Amino acid sequence: MLKILKYSFFDLIRSRWSYVYLLFYLLLGFVLLFLNQDLSKAVITLMNVIIILVPLIGTIFGVMYYYNSKEFTELLLAQPVKRSSIFVGQYLGVSLSLVMSLVLGLGLPFVFYGLFQSAAIWDFSLLLITGALLTFIFTALAFNIALYNENKIKGFSYAILLWLFLAVVYDGLFLMSLIVFETYPLDKFTLFATIFNPIDLSRILILLKLDIAALLGYTGAIFQKFFGTNWGLFLALGTLCLWVVLPVLNIRRKAKTKDF
Amino acid sequence: MIKIENIHKKFGKNKVLKGVDLEIPENGIFAILGPNGSGKTTLIKSILGMVVPDQGKIFIDGKQTHSNGLYRKNIDYLPQIANFPGNLGVSELIKMIKDLRGVNADSDHLIKLFQLEPFLDKKLNNLSGGTKQKVNIVLTFMFDSKLVILDEPTTGLDPVALLHLKELIEQEKKKGKTILVTSHIMSFVEEISDEIVFILEGKIYFKGNLSQLREKTGQEDFERAIAHLLKKNHA
Repeated sequence: MLKILKYSFFDLIRSRWSYVYLLFYLLLGFVLLFLNQDLSKAVITLMNVIIILVPLIGTIFGVMYYYNSKEFTELLLAQPVKRSSIFVGQYLGVSLSLVMSLVLGLGLPFVFYGLFQSAAIWDFSLLLITGALLTFIFTALAFNIALYNENKIKGFSYAILLWLFLAVVYDGLFLMSLIVFETYPLDKFTLFATIFNPIDLSRILILLKLDIAALLGYTGAIFQKFFGTNWGLFLALGTLCLWVVLPVLNIRRKAKTKDF
Repeated sequence: MIKIENIHKKFGKNKVLKGVDLEIPENGIFAILGPNGSGKTTLIKSILGMVVPDQGKIFIDGKQTHSNGLYRKNIDYLPQIANFPGNLGVSELIKMIKDLRGVNADSDHLIKLFQLEPFLDKKLNNLSGGTKQKVNIVLTFMFDSKLVILDEPTTGLDPVALLHLKELIEQEKKKGKTILVTSHIMSFVEEISDEIVFILEGKIYFKGNLSQLREKTGQEDFERAIAHLLKKNHA
């Protein structure tokens, strides 16, 4: 698997898109710091960008890479390599190169701005960890979609729809249900619904760490009330990891029975 | 060498293989023939484990094939359509496949034989179909496995390369290898194969050598004999 990972990773590092992605984050980091003139504030702004954008990039890159590397996959399938290694290796190659762009792109501007002397370093690290987890989650989901759909256009549309649903529609439905059922106790429902959306979960995770959960939204407040800051952090992080593990397991499962 | 027991495979509603039983002994060149869509490639891909059969068992050297695919280290396979990752160079690709297999391979004399030296640094995207097929052949024959599977090896080759390919196949046979070939070029099949397996609508329709085929169909000419098999079935 490591060999496949290596080839996918280097293949991607050589591609133009990784650099575009990296440059984008570099630019974003510098502009935010320039406008905010303050590390903590920049972290909060950055959160809003990361939580929407990272999943989108992960989804698009994941689907695109899967369909583009079809030839590579077919070549590998005739070699004495395990199927699960091929797909999990490729998946890790994509997500790791994306994570690298993210960490370098955002990390460098903040380091230059004096991150290590600042109190915001933990908040910032958590932000990067969340970004990395979101990349892993959405690339895995994209690989799943691509594995189930031979048709590129279909796969692409499903992937974008998934992102749209989790990033935008889900919140809308969630708010609507809160309004419709406002006469009922909704604490448990809220918690439950949050767990099923990695984007919401990441938002809460970061807000909990920044200790402004109560200010920003119902779910965050409930989360804090229910679990307290530390428990909440731990739980949110654990659930996010589960969101990575389950789709990856399904990639392995599906890859075993697919025909090429 | 290869034993296939009652293989069934369908893609959606389309039943491609309907209970194929086949035994291929060691040493010799075996041609798998059949019209388009008869299931030749599906059968070959089942042997390689790229297609997972719905039913049935495949044994190679007495051992049942395993879904982890590690048994493929004893098989050299030439895929039908040479699809390669486009942004790799030819020599990079050769190096990569050697690295993945982890065994020694002799690619230099094959590169010389097919005159691929000028293309070694070119990206695979920029190669013509025939040149890609030559790269494909190099990748297959540079290893020294006992079982060689060739799916339409002649596609896109010029006459010189075709001659070299025939010589290569002969050489491999002399080493005592088992070679499975599919092809639509009847003269090529007639020239190289020891035995013929004819697949029709997902079943083995005929298995035997050339003289048996002539006897069965009453046709002297190989091409006509095959056509006869086809027509008789459709009538």
